Amino acid sequence: MDSKQSCVKLSVQPSRGLIDEKFIVLVQNALPGSQLTIHALHQCEDGHSWEAFGHYTADTTGTVNVSEDPSMGGTYSGVEQMGLLWSLRSVPGSKPGLRMRKKNVQAPMEVTISVYKGHQTQGFADMVPLSGVMVERWYMAPGVRRIPITEDGLTATLFLPSGPGPFPGLLDLWGGGGQLVEYRAALLASHGIASMAIDYLTANITRKTGKMVDNQYFETAYRVLQQHPQVCSSRIAMMGLSFGTSITLKMAIYSKVIKLSCAVCISGSHVQPVDGSVEEILKYFHKNAEKTRLNEKNEVIWRDLLLPIPTDPLLKADVGQLQCPLLLVVGEDDQNWPAPESALDETMERAGNSHLLTVLSYPNAGHLIEPPYTPHARSSTFRTVELSQKVMCLWGGQTAEHSQAQEDAWRKMLVFLRENLYGTRTPTTFSQL
Amino acid sequence: MQIAPPILSVTPNRALVDEKFKVLVENLPPGCPVTVRSLHRSEDEDDWEAYGHYVSDHRGIVSVSEDLSFGGTYTGKEPMALLWSMRPVPGSRPGLRLRKKNVCTPMLVDISVHSGHEGFRDQAPLASAVTERWYMAPGIQRIDINEQGVRGTLFIPPGPGPFSGLLEMWGGGGGLLEYRSSLLASHGYVSLALDYTRHEHPSANLEFKYFETAFNIIKDHPQVIPDRVGILGSSLGSVVAFALTAYSTVSKPRCIVCISSNHYYPPGRTLKVGTDENTYMSWRSSALDLITDSSNNVDVGKINCPMLLVNGCDDQNWPAVETAEEVARLMRAAGKEHLLSRLLYPDTGHLIEPPFSPHFRATTFVINKQKVILLWGGQTKPHSDAQEDSWRKILSFLQLHLRCGPSPKEKL
Repeated sequence: MDSKQSCVKLSVQPSRGLIDEKFIVLVQNALPGSQLTIHALHQCEDGHSWEAFGHYTADTTGTVNVSEDPSMGGTYSGVEQMGLLWSLRSVPGSKPGLRMRKKNVQAPMEVTISVYKGHQTQGFADMVPLSGVMVERWYMAPGVRRIPITEDGLTATLFLPSGPGPFPGLLDLWGGGGQLVEYRAALLASHGIASMAIDYLTANITRKTGKMVDNQYFETAYRVLQQHPQVCSSRIAMMGLSFGTSITLKMAIYSKVIKLSCAVCISGSHVQPVDGSVEEILKYFHKNAEKTRLNEKNEVIWRDLLLPIPTDPLLKADVGQLQCPLLLVVGEDDQNWPAPESALDETMERAGNSHLLTVLSYPNAGHLIEPPYTPHARSSTFRTVELSQKVMCLWGGQTAEHSQAQEDAWRKMLVFLRENLYGTRTPTTFSQL
Repeated sequence: MQIAPPILSVTPNRALVDEKFKVLVENLPPGCPVTVRSLHRSEDEDDWEAYGHYVSDHRGIVSVSEDLSFGGTYTGKEPMALLWSMRPVPGSRPGLRLRKKNVCTPMLVDISVHSGHEGFRDQAPLASAVTERWYMAPGIQRIDINEQGVRGTLFIPPGPGPFSGLLEMWGGGGGLLEYRSSLLASHGYVSLALDYTRHEHPSANLEFKYFETAFNIIKDHPQVIPDRVGILGSSLGSVVAFALTAYSTVSKPRCIVCISSNHYYPPGRTLKVGTDENTYMSWRSSALDLITDSSNNVDVGKINCPMLLVNGCDDQNWPAVETAEEVARLMRAAGKEHLLSRLLYPDTGHLIEPPFSPHFRATTFVINKQKVILLWGGQTKPHSDAQEDSWRKILSFLQLHLRCGPSPKEKL
């Protein structure tokens, strides 16, 4: 047999999947008992390279099944079906503080999965693999439509699910970094929810006038979504992460216009001046800027800015007044916001509406609780809209547990949304997640 | 408050054409009669559809993989019938055939659920989802070949290689079709879809050297293992496969697959065509006369490599059963019967395509610049079962003979 040729067969099923779908990585025809490294390589839109790898031993039939066999080392260990994605990290020599975020959601994330002989730890680019395949990971299911929204001064993007509708709707808010972040809304639309990603800190109107948006901006977004012919006007939810949580709670509790079926708040806090505008809330956070801490790596910790949780009721959104189900998702190692402490402070018990509240609290998960298999960034370079320069921001979390939290939280978020927006309690299509 | 709409999902929603999917409808009222329908607009802008009548269970769920269809274009428990039982919508042009020309884009199928059974088309669908069916896995390279006089398209899988190779040919008419080669590349083979039917008439003179050159192009490719190249041909393409393998001193395929096989080597004679009760044309009866004259046969006894013949018992285009028998007899006489494997499918016609492809019993065909309706044969359900089974067995056969190492149990 020609020693140059490799019989090793590598397959990844499905070869084209949604970002939150699992895949099965299978190696066959390897030498029984041989040591192998399975490697993932991804070049993101900014041109940076990311890699992950696991060390395996082929069984007596020459097979390695990543869903069933343990990795004995690499960027992840143990039986980790999706480790090749969530443990992706920037390759040696990369700029520090990178974070992987998809901008163009209409094109898939492309990952090259390869298998190498032996237990390798570096220099993959200079080695010839035994076999390699390409895998596509999509944010948009087929038939999902992407619609930019600029009417009434909004800077937003609406993603409509495939089909005639009408569909329940969702307003999707990210945090203090601003920009129009679309990938979560695109993914939610792939699960049957008409989702609108909203830019509320760096909106076109703010760029032009220098003025921050007010409460009406969100009520306008709600109205535009509600009035869309393919959206169920009485089934609208809101989801926010980080500062987006502050807005979500504000609107859910105090807005006379916005009537939500349910709300999801991730890595955030209810601490805010009641009746404050977006600008006033941000100013309130800044008052405590001197409480900013640095760790031994000079990474910025901002969680203390809102601590201790105030006792003054005018400084906290009154969740006791909430009329719709609320799902709170917190990482116990959140170094950016005091999300766990805020979750504990939620005074719904006394108001008698605690049956509406569900808290998902994850040990060793950090601030950036993203859709499943998103590589974990314990820290990254970050600039809020008010800062003139970037800092190295500590988000927190230990990679394996943070990734587990992302997977579990997403599944539970989808069940929560499905239950409250579609009124069904048995979502069988999520069994693969 | 509006009633929550039903939810229709197709899993996976992006897949290769030979992969299965699950169609699920949820959030229906319990015990509700519905119709699940597929709709596809072809590259020629014809609409194709399939549909099944179902009743939701007490949880309000219809699962196409698990539930029985009570009627429509298919009945019974048929997970993939929304694809293979597709036919042109009422009012379409007659004699249509569905074949993807551009393999770089997926086939888009719209799956929808409608209220009721009779007259389901009268109302808007309750829910729908689009699914993509791909002929090419990600990372496959598609290369136009136009060298040494040979024309075709080469597909190379991703990865370092080297790979086993395949020379792949369809039959007469239709021009160069790439979809089977791109699919074979998706299964790890370097595959060349060869363009050779420059003439419409199936008995045109085929140049031997052309095929030897094509075979060499694959064999000599830097990413191909030179002694692991096979040939896969259907119909007229199988004649080439037989002839090349039997007579070439240069091209030595490691194995060959002949679908709707024919070892009759037309030396320039014109075929007489008969007509059936629908005035559909069939070569079956006139061809039978030809094959009894052994001077027209490829001397398959000279073949020295494993062969797989795949034929349909209801092949109305060519006497496939008889020719397969003849091949077996010749191989036996040469003491080489052990090289031959045969698959003979009942109620299966001439056009044995990759799995889940719709069945065409008769389609338009151009002969001598005239459009006629040609009868291919087969009954839809058994023909579709044959397509699914034969593809799996073809891949298994190729795996055994073209790839090194023990053959694993490959799941399709």
